[in-house]
Amino acid sequence: MAIHSKDFRTLRLDGVQRDFGAFNALKGISLTIARGEFVALLGPSGCGKSTALNCVAGLLPLTGGTISLDDTRIDTLSPEDRGFGMVFQNYALFPHMSVARNVGFGLAMRNEPRAQIAEKVAEALRLVRLEGQADKLPGQLSGGQQQRVAIARAIVVAPPLVMMDEPLSNLDAKLRLEMRAEIRRIHAHLGSATIYVTHDQDEALSLADRIVVMRQGEVRQVGTPEDLYTRPATVDVAEFMGFRNMLPATMAGAGSGTRARVTVDGAACEGTPVGPLAPGAVTLAIRPEDLRPQDDGPLAARVDQVEYRGRAFFGIATTPGGTALHFRAPSRVAPGTALRFGADPDRILIYGGAA
Amino acid sequence: MTGAALPRRPGLRERLARRGLDGTTLLVLPAALAILALFVFPFIEGLVLSFLPKQGGPLANYAKFFGDPYLWKTIPTTLGIAIPATLANIALSVPVALRVRRMKRQRLLTTILVIPITLGTVLVAEGLLNYLGPQGWLNRTLMALHLIDRPVRLVHNYWGVLWSLVIAGFPFTFLLTLSYVSGIDPNLERAAATLGAGPRARFRTVLLPLMASGLAITFCLSFVQAFAVYPSAVLVGAPAGSTRVISIAAFQAAYETYDDSLASSIAMIMAAIQLVIVVLVLAGRSLFYRGPAGGGKG
Amino acid sequence: MTQSRTSILDRIWILAVWTFVGFFILNLAAIVGAVAVNSVATRWLGTWLPKAYTWHWYADAWSEFQLGNILTVTFEVVGAVVLLSGLLGVPAAYALSRRDFPGKKAVMLLFLLPLLVPPMTIGIPLATVLYRLGLGGTIWGVILANLVPSLPFVILITIPFIDQIDQRVEQAARVFGANTLRLFTHVLVPLLTPGILAALLLVLVRTIAMFELTFLTSGPTSQTLVVALYYAVSAAGVRAGQSVDAMAMIYMVTTLVWLVIALRFVNPTQIVGRQAAARD
Ligand SMILES: Nc1ncnc2c1ncn2[C@@H]1O[C@H](COP(=O)(O)OP(=O)(O)OP(=O)(O)O)[C@@H](O)[C@H]1O
Ligand SMILES: [Mg+2]
Repeated sequence: MAIHSKDFRTLRLDGVQRDFGAFNALKGISLTIARGEFVALLGPSGCGKSTALNCVAGLLPLTGGTISLDDTRIDTLSPEDRGFGMVFQNYALFPHMSVARNVGFGLAMRNEPRAQIAEKVAEALRLVRLEGQADKLPGQLSGGQQQRVAIARAIVVAPPLVMMDEPLSNLDAKLRLEMRAEIRRIHAHLGSATIYVTHDQDEALSLADRIVVMRQGEVRQVGTPEDLYTRPATVDVAEFMGFRNMLPATMAGAGSGTRARVTVDGAACEGTPVGPLAPGAVTLAIRPEDLRPQDDGPLAARVDQVEYRGRAFFGIATTPGGTALHFRAPSRVAPGTALRFGADPDRILIYGGAA
Repeated sequence: MTGAALPRRPGLRERLARRGLDGTTLLVLPAALAILALFVFPFIEGLVLSFLPKQGGPLANYAKFFGDPYLWKTIPTTLGIAIPATLANIALSVPVALRVRRMKRQRLLTTILVIPITLGTVLVAEGLLNYLGPQGWLNRTLMALHLIDRPVRLVHNYWGVLWSLVIAGFPFTFLLTLSYVSGIDPNLERAAATLGAGPRARFRTVLLPLMASGLAITFCLSFVQAFAVYPSAVLVGAPAGSTRVISIAAFQAAYETYDDSLASSIAMIMAAIQLVIVVLVLAGRSLFYRGPAGGGKG
Repeated sequence: MTQSRTSILDRIWILAVWTFVGFFILNLAAIVGAVAVNSVATRWLGTWLPKAYTWHWYADAWSEFQLGNILTVTFEVVGAVVLLSGLLGVPAAYALSRRDFPGKKAVMLLFLLPLLVPPMTIGIPLATVLYRLGLGGTIWGVILANLVPSLPFVILITIPFIDQIDQRVEQAARVFGANTLRLFTHVLVPLLTPGILAALLLVLVRTIAMFELTFLTSGPTSQTLVVALYYAVSAAGVRAGQSVDAMAMIYMVTTLVWLVIALRFVNPTQIVGRQAAARD
């Protein structure tokens, strides 16, 4: 029973598990994806992103849990019966077929008439801007072109769900930015759901409607890019999202409004709590770009090194207690200078527990 | 040439080096000379000798070979053994290789299979004589199972040679096929699956086209081995009858009638037949895709 | 691929494949086992297994077939072939891996051909030439004949190993003043040891088992083990079958010991040849 309908409302993963021997690569992933949504799976290398994708595609059997499309369970279907589209990390283009035959492969497998295949292939190639390359073999294309063939091949069958596994990881920086825009445009054009695997947070932030952060086979947080960027749910996620300063601190009491007061390195400061906080040890998370030299800042430190990164200077300083601070400065600071640092209390996140 | 004022012409050494000919390149010479002396020269000598028969005109040996059924019939006999053996080996190797490719621990199986190749045809023949003989384990087993009531003759005939070529040839063919099949990126098959291709369609559209060129080469190498079969044709075959292969004719000419010239002619005929088959198969191969069997960059 | 749901047909197919493999290995074991059992049987006629066992056929075979001499010849031949093909083959492989010169394709073809032509075809004209030169039937004739497949084999196996070595390592050595000889002894040979070892072990195993060329070029004093075995088997009836099988066992052990050593360094598929090299 092949599912070729484009109309589904939700794809649901329920406690999906996958073990490799004694190793749990996925420890019960639950996730719901709506039609038309662009979801990014984000996480460090080895966290199980590809495994999750392969489970949805049917390339790996589950060891627990279910996957369903609306109310139909699909996790027992073989990949060829699911009717999803997939862009493989290394493209996996058929080296012995021309670009046109690669793109038309899925249609041929669905026994569509030749004329119709030719028409749809031409349309798909136009969509990925590869008109005129139809007769080449994949080996004769550049990396970016191969990438686009892989996308065309996945979308030409108008799948309800397109999956992409780090599709841009092999491309150079400029091409990567261009392709990002193309992928977004194609997603909008098709109106299907997309699951996009990446370990590049910029990519996830700029592309996705929703980001799923994974770590060690678990989902740690699901949210919009803004949520994730400004309010990571846990210290782990915060670290992964670029909060490089993780400072040990102690709760001192309530602050103004929803804020809390803490002592860090003997000085008092205010921050925004994430989740309920108990008295005792807490952790402050601050992005380097939010931590700046301020005459009345709470943190005293001596500058170790400073480097110029385009529009601003970034540097590292050490507090008397030995904690390293990553900060941003508007102008060059000489190493050895003693400075005070501070940040907007809205940009200081407080998490319960020691770092 | 003469004037010191002219821009200096690069020396011979320099000019050669630019074309890739320098001291390092010369390292290839000793080996090349050895092969020229031990392979090319004897081959040419043999070719010339084959046109210098003991008696008669230059083509007398060839006329004799093709005029004497006792001699020329060795060609159909040899092909009748070599082609079925090679095809059987390939037909058995492909499904096994496709299965084994997915195994993580292939090493044990490949090690077991490399043993008959290493032992060679002489030992396999001796083993077959014991095992397939009238009192051998196979006949005993078949009788114990009441499949036969009297020992069947399994050696000293056509089938004996065919078995020996399968026992020694299947592992060879299998290991070659496995090395080709393992070169095919497993993601290609996965990609085909996500696009709706079932197992049979994947085999037909992805695996077979990518394997075809490797299988052609495997066929040539296996065929060449089977075509020159000698020890098993003598030991487990009927060397005077149904398995009188062309190597036997060549050997008899050289070492029993001491007619070097005729023996060389037969060797040249063998080489020509092999060449024809190899060229035919490789020409067929050019109809297929021949590039790397990977799925993309990286 | 279809792990989620294997159909009955698929299962039958998989079962059939594995049954065949099992059947093949069983027969293989029986073939080797029959030789082994017979070599220690006092008499073995009309029963599943012999009635009594003895080792004395080994002593018989040793003296009857003069195995001492034959083993000496075998190892002299094999040793010389391994040494010569290493000395000639490794430098040639180096040149072929590192340099692009006019006619390189032709040279590669020259080294490929001896592997594509079966030994019986080249053996007859080669034996004729060797006999004319007075080398026929001598141990030198046998060694030279065995170089025909061994030398190209070493070259084709070693080329990919050399390809893998970063050329910058060599350039660095040159910059620090190493000449070609020193480059070889101090840099390349140590780096290449695994590759050379693999190639030479493979040649060793193949030479012990190389029947046709040795058969055609050897004389009474230059037989190797495999040729002596052939004569013993083809003259069956003259001597007790057990003593022939005892000899076969000695041959088998000699070969398999080296195979086991070789397999520590190489992959079984390499014994049939390095395909990357032979592919085009
Ligand atoms: N076939 C396998 N056998 C055993 N362990 C495996 C297998 N495949 C994956 N793993 C393990 O499962 C974990 C998750 O792997 P996965 O490929 O999903 O990571 P990933 O998040 O895609 O990483 P990357 O960003 O590097 O691609 C890893 O720790 C990996 O070692
Ligand atoms: Mg991955």
